[in-house]
Amino acid sequence: MSTTTDVNVPSPTPPGAPRVSIGQRLQGLGGNARQYGIFGALVVIVLLFQVLTDGKLLLANNVAALFQQNAHIMVLAIGMLMVIVAGHIDLSVGSVVAFVGGVVATTMRDFDAPWLVAVLVGLALGALVGAWQGFWVAYVGIPAFIVTLAGMLVFRGLALVVVGETLAGLPSSFIRISKGSLPNVLGFLNNMDVVTLVIGALAVAAIVVSQLRARSALRKHDLHVEASGLFLAKIAMIAVGIGILTVILSFSAGGTPIVLVIVGVLVVAYSFLMGRTVFGRHIYAIGGNRAAAALSGVNTRKVDFWIFVNMGLLAGAAAVFTTARAGAAIASAGQNYELDAIAACFIGGAAVTGGIGRIAGAIVGALIMGVLNMGLSILSVDPSWQMAIKGMVLLLAVAFDLLNKRRAGTQ
Amino acid sequence: MDHSDILEMRSITKTFPGVKALQDVSLTVRRGEIHAICGENGAGKSTLMKVLSGVYPHGTYDGAIVFEGEEVGFGSINDSEGRGIVIIHQELALVPYLSVAENIFLGNEVRGTGPLIDWNKANSEAAQLLARVGLAENPTTHVSQLGVGKQQLIEIAKALSKQVKLLILDEPTAALNDTDSEHLLGLLRHLKEQGITSIIISHKLNEIAEIADRTTIIRDGRTIETIDMADPDATQDRIIRGMVGRDLEHRYPERTPDIGEEVLRVEDWTVHHPTQADRVVIDRASFHVRAGEVVGIAGLMGAGRTELAMSVFGRSYGRGISGRIYKNGELIHVRDVDEAIGHGLAYATEDRKRYGLNLIEDIRRNISAAGLRRLARRGWVNANEEVKVAEEYRASLNIKAPTVMAVTGKLSGGNQQKVVLAKWLYTEPDVLILDEPTRGIDVGAKYEIYTIINKMVAAGKAVVVISSELPELLGICDRVYTLAFGRITGEVPVAQATQERLMELMTIERETAKDLAS
Repeated sequence: MSTTTDVNVPSPTPPGAPRVSIGQRLQGLGGNARQYGIFGALVVIVLLFQVLTDGKLLLANNVAALFQQNAHIMVLAIGMLMVIVAGHIDLSVGSVVAFVGGVVATTMRDFDAPWLVAVLVGLALGALVGAWQGFWVAYVGIPAFIVTLAGMLVFRGLALVVVGETLAGLPSSFIRISKGSLPNVLGFLNNMDVVTLVIGALAVAAIVVSQLRARSALRKHDLHVEASGLFLAKIAMIAVGIGILTVILSFSAGGTPIVLVIVGVLVVAYSFLMGRTVFGRHIYAIGGNRAAAALSGVNTRKVDFWIFVNMGLLAGAAAVFTTARAGAAIASAGQNYELDAIAACFIGGAAVTGGIGRIAGAIVGALIMGVLNMGLSILSVDPSWQMAIKGMVLLLAVAFDLLNKRRAGTQ
Repeated sequence: MDHSDILEMRSITKTFPGVKALQDVSLTVRRGEIHAICGENGAGKSTLMKVLSGVYPHGTYDGAIVFEGEEVGFGSINDSEGRGIVIIHQELALVPYLSVAENIFLGNEVRGTGPLIDWNKANSEAAQLLARVGLAENPTTHVSQLGVGKQQLIEIAKALSKQVKLLILDEPTAALNDTDSEHLLGLLRHLKEQGITSIIISHKLNEIAEIADRTTIIRDGRTIETIDMADPDATQDRIIRGMVGRDLEHRYPERTPDIGEEVLRVEDWTVHHPTQADRVVIDRASFHVRAGEVVGIAGLMGAGRTELAMSVFGRSYGRGISGRIYKNGELIHVRDVDEAIGHGLAYATEDRKRYGLNLIEDIRRNISAAGLRRLARRGWVNANEEVKVAEEYRASLNIKAPTVMAVTGKLSGGNQQKVVLAKWLYTEPDVLILDEPTRGIDVGAKYEIYTIINKMVAAGKAVVVISSELPELLGICDRVYTLAFGRITGEVPVAQATQERLMELMTIERETAKDLAS
């Protein structure tokens, strides 16, 4: 036995202080731990490839390209997350991207429409396709798996009809959507694009303010808040992360890619939609327990229908990005996009059974896939192996998540 | 250990992260007896049985289990079943699209020569087992075609096929009607004569009084006492006292009726089956309820109680619905649940896990689920207000949870029921239809639910209670309707009602019920 048994050990909790068991503490953290976990995984993967590629991954132009090359997956992942949370799936988005892309290209090439008109046609057509699939799912009651499996074939076929093989020669004003950056209207500061720096600063400020407000609201209602140290560390890490990203981007050839701004706006808008609107709540309610939601007055069919309309709309946006980036409509475009989007959602913590999932998670999931793609490409890994590695990452991410939950003792 | 004991569990302690579920619990079961285990929800009954059956394997708990004079440590359910201990859970574990025989021998298939299953042998053995449990069904029938009562018997037949010595039943009659319950209890007695020992977990005290030889009471993870039921002191009051740790002077809280104007009137309500269009489920039912009044609906299972309530509540059940609904004397049209809520109707389901709650979501968002529009302006939800509302209900209904951010799936039955009630109270209804509001919850929580009902009517709301427990209806209602074969067969003021009278009206023959309705 120890010789210092006489030492007065201060009691771990002062008398009178509320005692919180470790179990309770972990439980309080549980909701957020998953989110942190996925962010952490992204950071680890980025650092890993940064080392493996001798620092090439985070070169300014590569980072800009990362967003330009993955914008469509992020946009699809937003729509797919909503579909998955509601307990459905959409296998058709890749084919829809090819079909809509073909029509968008045709509008500009054969009808000489301005790019903005072509984009609006693309979005409208996407929404229409979504309404078509939503009708069968919501009002006829055919499982989404079947409806969108059929859609996968139907729209791939239509894409071939519209496009033939390739429709090239699209106007540069259209291509700029995916390849262009925000104009450098504010000049440079030590070779850094000032517009980018301003946007970065605004983003950090917005996040800090919203986090502080959310925390004070929780306080006001005497609810559990994270320990202030943890909270400050979190905010500091977000600020530093965005800061680094901003500085890197500001050195890139063009500054802030236009698609990054569009995706950023969509992420914020859809996060609010899912978290703060009646529609978003109804999606979680349906995914959690469809029968209970219906008996609570939720019009489940209507919600299902609009989820698919929205998925179609976002597939239209993805089609615009893809077509603009390629500078051409390609009949075989969008292959495996549905799988990338679905994988992004599940890596980002969505539940296969529905009811659980966040937009931010899906975006991080998409970024993880994107970083893998880019890192492996820089390392000149064979595309076949890239596919195999991505598959393993998906499997391991979900397995890790599941084990984590089981260890946390949620039965 | 006495030679006449088949099982002894010695100072079992089982800890989960942060919670001590069982503390020093001991249980002795004599060979050939029917031993009841009583306790409130969350007292640790199910945990104890999971320790016994190996769901929580040896080594994850402290203490010793001695079975047939030998210390045992089961690593899995297979181990305990190998020794003849079979547990039948509340949620039956049958595969609906397999036949009776296939279910009975699932995991224990009857082999012919070689690896193939000998179905003729399996079916004939199944038929013998069915005869032992008194079930006249063909072994090739699909389980999905049988009612809950019969499925329960198949579970017992399955246990018999495993040479069961100790049969454990967790709330076996919770989902059964009186006839099926009687049959099941009779079967347990019959098995006892054949030397099979049973442990039965039940909330139904009259049932325990009827069948058990001895009763062990568990409270807060500890053994309180084991009562010999032959003892004249073994009264229901004594059991209740042991379970709740205090005297429950009255099982139903006092209320002085203050009945006002009629709020809801349903006339000539007829409902057809959702898939079998020519089958009438509710036949010209009429009833009404007034402000400040608690009206009961009594009926056997299958009489159409839930169907009546759900079809009135925004046509959430059935097809070909006809009839009229008057709210405050005015004819209203209620085409869906949203409109029903808009007209001040609320329906709290009998099956809270399937139809009442989003179990993966927290208390806060379950409470706001039906009244979300009250929290929203132009589609935007006021999240701070939502938390405030949820906290208010947590306090006023005494929902036991650390915060309103607790996930409802982890709450006990009574607390889940309170969340369901809170959800509907927040819609500010004028009429509350409560379908089996106290099913599967313990005595203490029941009393709290009754108190909440009293508060609602004191606030001028009209309450309709559907219940299988006649004493409950007599204890809390002002008026009781009886339902049989989808028809209202009687309306009795509670002052004139007795259980016998109600039962008589509930069991009226089909043809007589038809005459009464017209």
